[in-house]
Amino acid sequence: MQSAPESPSQAAPSRAIPFYNDPKKRAILFQIVTVLMLGLLAYYLLSNTLANLEKQSIATGIGFLQKEAAFEIGESAIEYSAADTYGRALVVGFLNTLIVSFIGIIITIIMGTVVGIARLSSNWLVSKLAGIYIEVLQDIPVLLQLFFWYAFFYNILPGPRQALSPIMGVFLSNRGLVFAVPAAHPVHKYMAIATLVACVAIYIIRRWARARQARTGQPFPVFRVSLALLIGFPLLTWVLGGAPTAMNVPVFSGFNFKGGRNISPEFTALLLGLILYTAAYVAEVVRAGIQSVNKGQSEAAMSMGLKPGLVLNLVILPQALRVIIPPLTSQMLNLTKNSSLAVAIGYPDFVSVAGTTINQTGQAIEGVALMMIVYLTLSLLTSAFMNWYNKKTKLVER
Amino acid sequence: MQMKNWLRGKVAKAAVLIVGVLFLAFCFAGCGDSKKASELESKVAELQKTVSDLEKQNKELEAKKVAVGKTLENVRAKGFIQAGVNGDLFGFGRADDKGVWKGLDVDTARAIAAAVFGDADKVKYTPLTAKTRFTALQSGEIDVLTRNCTQTLGRDTALGLDFCQVNYYDGQGFLIPKKLGVKSAKELDGAAVCVLPGTTTELNVADFFRANGMKMSPVVIENTAELAKAFFAGRCDVLTSDASQLAGTRAVAPNPKDYMILPDIISKEPLAPAVRHGDNQWKDIVNYSVLAMINAEELGITSKNVDKMLKSKDPRVMRFLGVTEGNGKALGLNEKFAYNIVKQVGNYGEVFERNVGVNTALGIERGLNALWTNGGLMYSPPFK
Repeated sequence: MQSAPESPSQAAPSRAIPFYNDPKKRAILFQIVTVLMLGLLAYYLLSNTLANLEKQSIATGIGFLQKEAAFEIGESAIEYSAADTYGRALVVGFLNTLIVSFIGIIITIIMGTVVGIARLSSNWLVSKLAGIYIEVLQDIPVLLQLFFWYAFFYNILPGPRQALSPIMGVFLSNRGLVFAVPAAHPVHKYMAIATLVACVAIYIIRRWARARQARTGQPFPVFRVSLALLIGFPLLTWVLGGAPTAMNVPVFSGFNFKGGRNISPEFTALLLGLILYTAAYVAEVVRAGIQSVNKGQSEAAMSMGLKPGLVLNLVILPQALRVIIPPLTSQMLNLTKNSSLAVAIGYPDFVSVAGTTINQTGQAIEGVALMMIVYLTLSLLTSAFMNWYNKKTKLVER
Repeated sequence: MQMKNWLRGKVAKAAVLIVGVLFLAFCFAGCGDSKKASELESKVAELQKTVSDLEKQNKELEAKKVAVGKTLENVRAKGFIQAGVNGDLFGFGRADDKGVWKGLDVDTARAIAAAVFGDADKVKYTPLTAKTRFTALQSGEIDVLTRNCTQTLGRDTALGLDFCQVNYYDGQGFLIPKKLGVKSAKELDGAAVCVLPGTTTELNVADFFRANGMKMSPVVIENTAELAKAFFAGRCDVLTSDASQLAGTRAVAPNPKDYMILPDIISKEPLAPAVRHGDNQWKDIVNYSVLAMINAEELGITSKNVDKMLKSKDPRVMRFLGVTEGNGKALGLNEKFAYNIVKQVGNYGEVFERNVGVNTALGIERGLNALWTNGGLMYSPPFK
């Protein structure tokens, strides 16, 4: 039996083998056939679509991106007016999607981790509360939650004339949360640079501290030094820049507040809905990750005299992470994709702006293709980053 | 072991055969079992050419078919008209509490059904949002769009649509809570404006604010009902839309008396049914179904007196009601099509008063929508 040949070509090299018996040739043939079939299908779909569009004399191409959009967008991270192009309007929508997804993902991970750990707490009340939160929010469709939060904001909060003002310069109304911000000053740019420099310095210090601890066993207070750097650098820059204290305070005039920074109820409702919904899933992922670590590990750690906090930080979480990360990635992608539900509650995300563009230009295929490209790119970038991180946290097998 | 190898060969052969056969079936042609890959591939190329030739022929045939009226054939074959309507707009297109569709646009669709089938009830309705309406028509999901839709040059051309006779002349206005004390749209600087996305009104309001050097912050929600809810809750200061829609929205407000429509009308909004570009016969049918209602009003024919009018000796009435034949044949319809429309749906005046007129909750005057003889814009070419 052990001498039996693995493939016919090894068994009888002299005899001509029919191509269908040669696994190599066969594989190539199958691949050619598959590619041909796919190509034929793609050709058929494309030519059919183009023919249909031409027959109905519907405009095609992406020339519309250069045309004047002529519609306003409620909130925008960059300068935008109705006189700008569709292209710029789409960029505004894209940035809005990016902002809500990015902030959403970060808060979701923090909140999900906290709830997940609380679910495993030995405190009966804490664990039950976390359980109820997870079960309830997981089971209600996210669109309903968004409608709920949005209606909650504009129904509960007073109009802008009767806005609540808990602190001076902060106003809460059904137009959103308006608060004072420092008036524009050139020093802000340098403060941003200082923050960046602080980040780089922290990275270097961390590496150095870790190497030193490995070498000499002496610990270094990395966290406190990092915090000091992160606050101290920009603060120092601000003082050196003359310490400008002028504030851009919102003032009610006419219909709405002018000045200050406004966080709209649409944005808040969307962010809150997405975070609360996705965090429930992340909590379950975290719980599963922690439970996947063998109980002996924590017992061993505790028998070495580590405190419960250190046990979690040094022993459990590093091992749990490699179980947590893959499903966590998919939750991050879910949050990004779910942000397209913004269209239902009036937050001008990419889908909302692209939808309006499609309607005004009539170029549905191009518009939908753009949406697909944008979400595909966002998803691929997110998973590429998470895969890289996953590789980093993998157990190094010796 | 030998047995195993033999079996493996058999399985491989079978797999190659199955894929080959499937592939050939995919190319719409059968052929004998070929054993050589090269032979297969040359056959594939040949078949691909045949497919593209057939497609070209098919395309030509299709193009010819459109000219003679594909939509009418389709509609007749399935036995009803699929009409795209608003779904949320009181007075134009909304199902009542018993699920019966009512409204000016609904009656327009019913008139088309009466013309095609002699039965105004042979309509199925697809509620569409402002954003989905054109795609639904372009893709063939609906046969006609009767959804308070403004005719514009861009839509008529780049969107591949054809607009028919206007069934309501409208203009864009502003609905505002009385307590804000605003008297004119020019005082709206800085206001939060509720508007439906993908509409002409979204563009008009941006134009209006730009032209007057004012700022606005739009609140854009796709669903008409959700938008109205946000407005009533005070999320925005002012709701802008076609004046007729504003009247409809005010009619369903928690307290209609608290709201007023500003006197400013900032745009022209001719609302007209739309069909796909290129099907001229279907366009004629939709066009003359609307015109028949207007012509009936001009001739003084109503749903009540239409049977009596059949005996009229007025040649215009005789031609209109099909007593003198010719009009129906020219459109590819029954000679009684106009009679059926008036009998089952009514003339334009009846339809207007029933759905949006002064005695309804909307309380809209005829205004621009009166007959041309009464100072309005409704004017029908002769039916001859």
